[in-house]
Amino acid sequence: MDFLELLINALIAGVLLGGFFAALSIGLSICFGLLDTVNLAHPTLIVAAAFCTFLLNDVFGLDPILAGVLITPVFFVIGLVIYTAYYQFFEKNSAEALRGLAFFFGLLFITEVILIMVFGVDHRLVNAAYIGKSMGMSLGTIDVSIPYRLLVAFAVAAIMTLGLQMFLDRSFFGRATRAVHQDMMALSLMGVDPVAIKRIAFAIGLGTCGLAGALMIVVIPIEPAVGRLFIGNVFAIVVLGGLGSISGTLIAAMILGIAESVVSTFFGPSWAPAVSFGILLGVLAFRPTGLLGVGDTR
Amino acid sequence: MIGRYKFEIGCILVLALAFLATQAEFNRFYYFAGFAILQYVMIATAWNILGGYGGYINFGTAGFLGVGSYVAIGLIEWGDAAIVWQVVAAAVVAGLLGLFIGYFTLRLKGVYFAIATLALAIVLETIVNNWDFVGGAAGISILPPRKPELLGILIVDRKGDGIFSNSKEFLFFLMAAMAIFSVWVARTVERGKLGRGLNAIKDNEEAAECMGVPTLRLKLIATTLSGALMGAAGGIFPSYMTFVDPPTAFNLEFAVNSLAMPMIGGTFTWLGPVVGAVLLGTVQQIAIVTISSELNLLILGVLLVIFVTVAPHGIVGWFMKKNK
Repeated sequence: MDFLELLINALIAGVLLGGFFAALSIGLSICFGLLDTVNLAHPTLIVAAAFCTFLLNDVFGLDPILAGVLITPVFFVIGLVIYTAYYQFFEKNSAEALRGLAFFFGLLFITEVILIMVFGVDHRLVNAAYIGKSMGMSLGTIDVSIPYRLLVAFAVAAIMTLGLQMFLDRSFFGRATRAVHQDMMALSLMGVDPVAIKRIAFAIGLGTCGLAGALMIVVIPIEPAVGRLFIGNVFAIVVLGGLGSISGTLIAAMILGIAESVVSTFFGPSWAPAVSFGILLGVLAFRPTGLLGVGDTR
Repeated sequence: MIGRYKFEIGCILVLALAFLATQAEFNRFYYFAGFAILQYVMIATAWNILGGYGGYINFGTAGFLGVGSYVAIGLIEWGDAAIVWQVVAAAVVAGLLGLFIGYFTLRLKGVYFAIATLALAIVLETIVNNWDFVGGAAGISILPPRKPELLGILIVDRKGDGIFSNSKEFLFFLMAAMAIFSVWVARTVERGKLGRGLNAIKDNEEAAECMGVPTLRLKLIATTLSGALMGAAGGIFPSYMTFVDPPTAFNLEFAVNSLAMPMIGGTFTWLGPVVGAVLLGTVQQIAIVTISSELNLLILGVLLVIFVTVAPHGIVGWFMKKNK
């Protein structure tokens, strides 16, 4: 393969990967960007959802995407519980924000250890018709090969992220969520309970873990510690996109997907984790408000 | 006179006790467990300088420790450097790393610093995985030097001509000295200008800045100091373990422990991390032998969450309240 062919393949894979990254980060963009709850456990909860998908696929032979849709409500409820606890212990009496961080870090660790105890540290895969096959195409003299699993993940991720974005843009609830982000006091003067809005918005953000987990196990083999690898990615995307901006998150996910794909094509996949960190550090140093952000970073 | 130096005298007594322990030839396991606990005293104390006094949470302990370990490995591979130089170099490099990360992220909200440190550990592990000189992903074995000397004095000799009869005992003593040194550093920081400034930052950074506290400079000093101590604790690690691979050196357990120990002990005084590290470290050493190591980690995570939510001042804080 010559350089051009490699590059075009890397770019196409990068766009598809970017869609997958968008599905991983959109929930965090809601929780962290709009609600200011720094849910460090987000990627690990996605891995937990991926293991649920694995079980449903392995035991009942369900299609992984369908399994993801089924477990999403479960993660919605988990989100309600986590936010209620978080509010009760930290937000209500405006405790040091950083203790909340330690709380989510503990949650991350507990989830990971439970996954190790239940499933062990082996890599797990799912079975579906579209996994393991590629679609070949030729554009002029250039051969392009697209794995179907990336295509499926991209399609589902696109539906999920664009749907959520429309919901947050158009519905009353979406506007209320952004109002919480801008001015909680004003919202409560309008007769809306900001805590109730935040609780539901957080649960929606966490609910996305269900489907995102299914996509994860479709795209890569998973093991309990894999969540940590994605911490850099999801936070880099949310910060790069700009806190509080869902469309910024989608653009940032594309940028990161393409960057990672190009780097793993030309420098080897073992260097991919360094990309997100480089981007994260660069953004924090030079443009902490991100691409489309309006938030306060100090 | 004695009252004024009570703490320093206590430090020397503990060190003397550690030295006597190395001469007593206990079961090897006790030195191993003791080494682990002392290492945790040092790491927890180092973490607390920034996290406890300044309120900036560092999730990257494993990264700083791993860097320390791999600097030491690099020096051993490159030219058989003495253990003292390994530790010093590890401290310098990890301190600079802290300064570097801090310079980029400490101007922003504490959350960004926390996230950057969390990602840092993963990236450093990636780099080491790709670096064959220090063993790469497969790991590397270290042979302890046969007859190490320091200033012409034979330190370790199997036949009994040196001060210690094997290198594990010597490293145990060195670890004890380093742990005591870091507790002394933390206490000095706590009582000095730096500690008071950091406390002001923790309470209200904006107000502190307005009152003329040089917040960024204090935060950078604290991050550098904290990182250097963590790096030093990592620098001694390869010689003691004799085999290191990236998952051991960058183990997330270090990050959780370094955060859980001060939080459980109490973050506002130097005593908190020491109490937390000795208590949790001992429990973990017992638990690893008697129950599974996964269950042990689960208990650690649950304890962390419980203390963070319901007892934010830790064990030391609880006792102080009782005495009032």
